[in-house]
Amino acid sequence: MRYDVVIAGCGVIGAMTARELSRYDLKVCVLEKENDVSMGSSRANSGIIHGGYDPVPGTLKAEMNVKGVPLLYEAARELNVPHRQNGSMVCAFGAEEESAIKALYERGMKNGVKGLRLLKGAQARELEPSLSDKLTAALLVPNGGIISPYELTVAAIGNAMDNGVELKRNFEICRVIQEGDGFAVQSTDQEVVRGRIFVNAAGAFTDHIAKMLHDCDFTIIPRGGEYMILDKEVGNTVSRTIFQVPTKEGKGILVCPTAHGNLMTGPTAAEVPTTESRETTREGLDTVARLAKKSVPSVDFSKVITSFAGVRSSVAGGDFIIRLSKKVPGLIHLAAIDSPGLTSCVAIARRAVELAEQAGLKLTLKEGWDGTRPDPEAFRKMTDEEKDHFIKEHPDYGHIVCRCEGVSEGEIRAAVRTNPGALDVDGVKRRTRSGMGRCQGGFCGPYVMRLISEETGTPLEEITKCGGASRMICGGRIGEGAVK
Amino acid sequence: MIAHDIVVVGGGPAGMAAAVAAYDRGVNDVVILDREETMGGILRQCVHNGFGLHKLGRELTGPEYAAHYAAEVKKRGIRTLSETMVTSITPDLLVTATSTRGIQKIQARAVILAMGCRERARGALNICGTRPAGVYSAGTAQKLVNCEGYLVGKRVVILGSGDIGLIMARRMTLEGAKVAAVCEILPYSGGLKRNIVQCLEDYHIPLYLSTTVSEIHGNERLEGVTIAQVDENRRPKPETARFIPCDTLLLSCGLIPENELSRAAGVAIDRRTGGAAVDQFRQTSVPGIYACGNVLQVHDLVDYVSDEAEIAGRAAAARVLEEAPTGETVETEPGSGLRYVLPQRVMKTEEPVDLFLRVTRPFGKLKFVVKAGERVLATASRPVASPGEMERLRIPAGALTDGVEKIVVELEEEA
Repeated sequence: MRYDVVIAGCGVIGAMTARELSRYDLKVCVLEKENDVSMGSSRANSGIIHGGYDPVPGTLKAEMNVKGVPLLYEAARELNVPHRQNGSMVCAFGAEEESAIKALYERGMKNGVKGLRLLKGAQARELEPSLSDKLTAALLVPNGGIISPYELTVAAIGNAMDNGVELKRNFEICRVIQEGDGFAVQSTDQEVVRGRIFVNAAGAFTDHIAKMLHDCDFTIIPRGGEYMILDKEVGNTVSRTIFQVPTKEGKGILVCPTAHGNLMTGPTAAEVPTTESRETTREGLDTVARLAKKSVPSVDFSKVITSFAGVRSSVAGGDFIIRLSKKVPGLIHLAAIDSPGLTSCVAIARRAVELAEQAGLKLTLKEGWDGTRPDPEAFRKMTDEEKDHFIKEHPDYGHIVCRCEGVSEGEIRAAVRTNPGALDVDGVKRRTRSGMGRCQGGFCGPYVMRLISEETGTPLEEITKCGGASRMICGGRIGEGAVK
Repeated sequence: MIAHDIVVVGGGPAGMAAAVAAYDRGVNDVVILDREETMGGILRQCVHNGFGLHKLGRELTGPEYAAHYAAEVKKRGIRTLSETMVTSITPDLLVTATSTRGIQKIQARAVILAMGCRERARGALNICGTRPAGVYSAGTAQKLVNCEGYLVGKRVVILGSGDIGLIMARRMTLEGAKVAAVCEILPYSGGLKRNIVQCLEDYHIPLYLSTTVSEIHGNERLEGVTIAQVDENRRPKPETARFIPCDTLLLSCGLIPENELSRAAGVAIDRRTGGAAVDQFRQTSVPGIYACGNVLQVHDLVDYVSDEAEIAGRAAAARVLEEAPTGETVETEPGSGLRYVLPQRVMKTEEPVDLFLRVTRPFGKLKFVVKAGERVLATASRPVASPGEMERLRIPAGALTDGVEKIVVELEEEA
């Protein structure tokens, strides 16, 4: 069988494009090389909804960012993704930075961002009492927000799947060829998927995929960013997202609450050796701590619960690449989607649908399309009385597995059963928060492994942290596999 | 809503001993709530021996020690609710718990906190590198091997020489794994001397002091760690870095009393212990809420957990029976060289008061002096003291007279 559209990559861009396409009567397939979705830049990033004051007017970034903000808030509501319009602030220390934020203000006005305001240092501290005394001015961005990026991706592809889209995981593309008026895409496991339109949304690997079709005029430059996440106990250190003045390296070190109420600081910006570099470094984490304290001196780094590194997929020139291939009919590139890519994801996905139509795809709205997704946190949001009734009908919701985040067995089982089902420990963690709390899975880890094993029928020894060779157990069963 | 005289939160060694003591003090309506399938807490996974020597005069394994108390609980008909997780406690002692039976609200007349502690995780240690599978806290690996029957890996490095790490070094070795190194960032081990001998030296497992894991390698499963000696600020010295191949890194870097429920109930926490600030009856800052065991202070030996739990259990019962002592309280304070002193405040009564404390670093011959102003209330000499071994001092009966306003424990090194 041949799909109407094949999408390479199930990060937020691929997933959201799949969801937009699922509105129409089309056969759509998403190919993902990992064991789960959202495994590249969409997993490890700042999770910020950017106001739109930063991109240079006239660029795709400016257009997609400004269009994307309301679309993303709407999608987040429909899909029940944790998010909050908490507003942002860009801090200036001294005259030079004050003129920089003035320039951002003007840029934002040109881009059509509403509600921007320049504040004096004291006004800013009134809104955010933890800000440094040394801050002299700030740009207030009321439409800025925070969102859980991996839950957005999971929800988008999950909703697309509920509306008929297919997802193939562990499908690592090794070859793409033009075949008739379409494409044949082959995996390293020799599986072939055919489609009329091919969307290159492979994130850090978009140049790699483009090369397979001999249509590559860009090179992805991987730039790493390191972050630290702090305990919810200090999650209210600030209420808005606190930026520093951006440089050409990035938007500076930010301090913000996360959509789940932790405190986050980061990212650094450094070129890294490969698109798969995921190491945190001593220097990186020290830099995060030092610079975060510049804006918010009271950040308590003794409350760090985890640190991580992500990779931005940037290109020289810096703008998004969103276009039909000039050389290969039916090929759409969605590449170089670094910041503000998350903010822009719905706008980019809609643009991708327009491009597909330009490429000859016939769009007929599907009957019965449902853009909503049940709230995976519905149980947690219930009152005690509601919970009591619910547990009496579904007793496994009364068995708390993750004590730090209060996640029940019922929620974990649901995460494995609901599109796109979690297949590994990290997948359960991203969907339910089990293991994301202060003990970082110390207590619930073994239970989660057992539940995944029961739900998927995979033997416990074969349960992985994140697919591939990342087995949780590699010493075998006691008395059997043990080394002698 | 139902009512019970005493609700014990946690059915590990502390919770069970507290419940038994409360019952024996005259309160029959005691209920223990525990989140696991059976009572016993972490002892259930501690299959090694060495438990009970002080308290029961016998050397037992963890499950045996737990079984002893479980039998005492059963003998008295004390109610236990397993797979029941307490989700909130209010300052007026309304306890909310979740279980497969639903949400339960229990109005208590006294609450005993006995939730234990958790291990410090990798993130809190801020070790850089990748995030592969194979990095476990020692207790998680212990549960997997002893309760589930799986060995997490075959070639192991252990960071931290706390007692669980030492025990796991031996356990993994006995199951056929190779423990390549135990690294301790401090110049001395935080574990018990007997564990260093019986778990490392007897198996020729090297212990590297002033050494840490500075980086984690491997994208899917752990492939190795970089270890390095540290300078006086505990920062890795790059010139000493070396790579050790391994598929497993176990972390045994300290235990943190699990006080989220306590905090939410308004219980004041002592930053030094990480547990509630209590008086000698183990009553917290919230009247009617008591705390004992590792949720109050991290203990070395379960025997002392049981002792402490009995104090809390008896005191909670006395409160329910309206026989609790009243009186003026004074604060205690650790002097230089001491990490903490517990109880953090003392009610002046006629009875002797035991103080528990830990030193900040290893000391040779020394003397502890308990003072109130210039007055010496008690002294105790020790040939050595180390942070890994909790010290106990007694203020004799009748010493806490009217003039005493604050109690300071000082440490005097002796030549």
